Amino acid sequence: MNTMRLDFKGSQRQADETGLSANDLLLTARLDVAESLRAKWFLLYSLVFGGIITSLFIFGLADSRIMGFTGLSRMLVTYIQLSMAILPIFVLITTVRSLAGDREAGVFEYMLSLPVSLKAWYWGRFIGRFAVVFIPVFAAMLLGSLYGVLKGADLPWREFALYTGMLVSLAICFLGIGFLISSMTRATDIAQGAAFFIWLLLLLFLDLILLGLMIQEQAPTGLVVIIALLNPLQAFRAGAMMIFDPQLIMLGPSAYIILDNLGYAGYLAWALFYPALLGLVLGTLGYLIFRRGDLP
Amino acid sequence: MIRLSNISKTFRAHTVLDNLSLDIASDDRVALIGSNGAGKTTLIRCLMGQYVHEGLAEIDGISPRHERTKVLSDIGFVPQLPPPLKMPVFELIHFSAGVCNASPDHMIELTERMGLDYSEVKTKPFNRLSGGQKQKILVAIALGRETKLLILDEPTANLDPTARQILFELLSERIDRPILISSHRLEEVSSLVNRVIEMDRGRIVLDDRVSDMVDGAALQKSTLVLTRPNDAFAKAIGEWNFTSDATELQWKGEVAAPDRLRFLGTLSRYAGVLASVQIEAVQEVQKGKRQ
Repeated sequence: MNTMRLDFKGSQRQADETGLSANDLLLTARLDVAESLRAKWFLLYSLVFGGIITSLFIFGLADSRIMGFTGLSRMLVTYIQLSMAILPIFVLITTVRSLAGDREAGVFEYMLSLPVSLKAWYWGRFIGRFAVVFIPVFAAMLLGSLYGVLKGADLPWREFALYTGMLVSLAICFLGIGFLISSMTRATDIAQGAAFFIWLLLLLFLDLILLGLMIQEQAPTGLVVIIALLNPLQAFRAGAMMIFDPQLIMLGPSAYIILDNLGYAGYLAWALFYPALLGLVLGTLGYLIFRRGDLP
Repeated sequence: MIRLSNISKTFRAHTVLDNLSLDIASDDRVALIGSNGAGKTTLIRCLMGQYVHEGLAEIDGISPRHERTKVLSDIGFVPQLPPPLKMPVFELIHFSAGVCNASPDHMIELTERMGLDYSEVKTKPFNRLSGGQKQKILVAIALGRETKLLILDEPTANLDPTARQILFELLSERIDRPILISSHRLEEVSSLVNRVIEMDRGRIVLDDRVSDMVDGAALQKSTLVLTRPNDAFAKAIGEWNFTSDATELQWKGEVAAPDRLRFLGTLSRYAGVLASVQIEAVQEVQKGKRQ
């Protein structure tokens, strides 16, 4: 038998599983962005957010005065509340559809036969997907605001920056949930069902629905507060309210609990960072599950 | 080079690989054969670190599961079923070349050599191409970069005869390097391999090392009888320097022992006109005559 030995040490590669190749990360992110830009859901997604902004201007919301909010402040408040309703479900469904769908269809078998590290593949897709879901929402808000400025309105920069930060945080949060679901499930149908269920569950525990009912039924205050704090949708919603309503008058008696326990700055920081942190933790959990199991 | 030791893989109580052990040396060119469900693709996936399994899988002492980028950077792979990628062909080639630190130009050159007009398909979504076009691109990606091991899972399934011929030419150009070809058609890949492994229900049921079984310098005498004369057969067997009697029904010649598998592969194409096939070692024949 021939005793020739081929040096099989991956001579062309510098990165291995212990490291993360920036090149592979960027290539994978770019691939995911390109895939998303070709997908019909992205067109719909962009049209929805573009449509919301356009509608707000058409219906004169930027010029209206309601509860003391005028001009672009009013428009931004409305836009951010609508974003909270639309962005999470869009992110969840499209993420699990494409990831679980790719795995189910055999895309992973081929793409992961190439020497790209699992870390670069997973987080590259995460970054690419973040860009794709965040940019249309942000771009619509930015273009709407610039249009308002051109029309002579004052742009509330602080609110604009805080809303941007909260949208980043919300997008990361639901991407993390979507990636975790995709790692845990092998069938697209199950992944979509799980994503929808989680979204409904989070909606259910918003202040207007179950939390309101719990308060009415005199559930322990601590429990209600903990649920409210842990629900990223609630954190976002109350945080977004707090930006234009520092006393949280619109939230009712719950506002006292929030402000007494965390204070204005504390809760704002929570609303800004908690969803993103939760998304990153869940995304990391998804990565660990993805790395541990069968890849295709 | 490749060591699989006590590999078992189970999917929901269904055992697909059953305590399988296998060593493949760096000069082995292996045909992996077996019926559907025999476990060929699962074995390949374990070998490429894609499946979690029991037992040990190593390539040159490295675990493909734990150090996949090191291992996979030296493996060219063509899957059984082309993935339904929506990306355009140029994007697939550039991504593959990018993560492999290879030049896309060579991959593109190979697509042309496989008979594909790259300029025509480059902007088309990969999943919109025909089965043959997809396969040609995947073959070009696998062969268009520097690799030390090729793993091909039914690579000819969608190829037309011309592309199949070109693929075999390309593979024969790198005959000095190891290859693992999973195929239903042994006759087709016989010219490329020196070892045949047959799987059935997750186990190896045949491991035929052509080089071990025969003396490399030995000749085998063969007599072939046809049911009727056939021009195509005459041309093919003429390339093996066989000669016939006047009726062109009986052909005789000698085959170098290491070429036995390839020779049988050639014969299998003409099973319809072959009445009998005799192959015997020349030394044995001569010994018989002396007695």
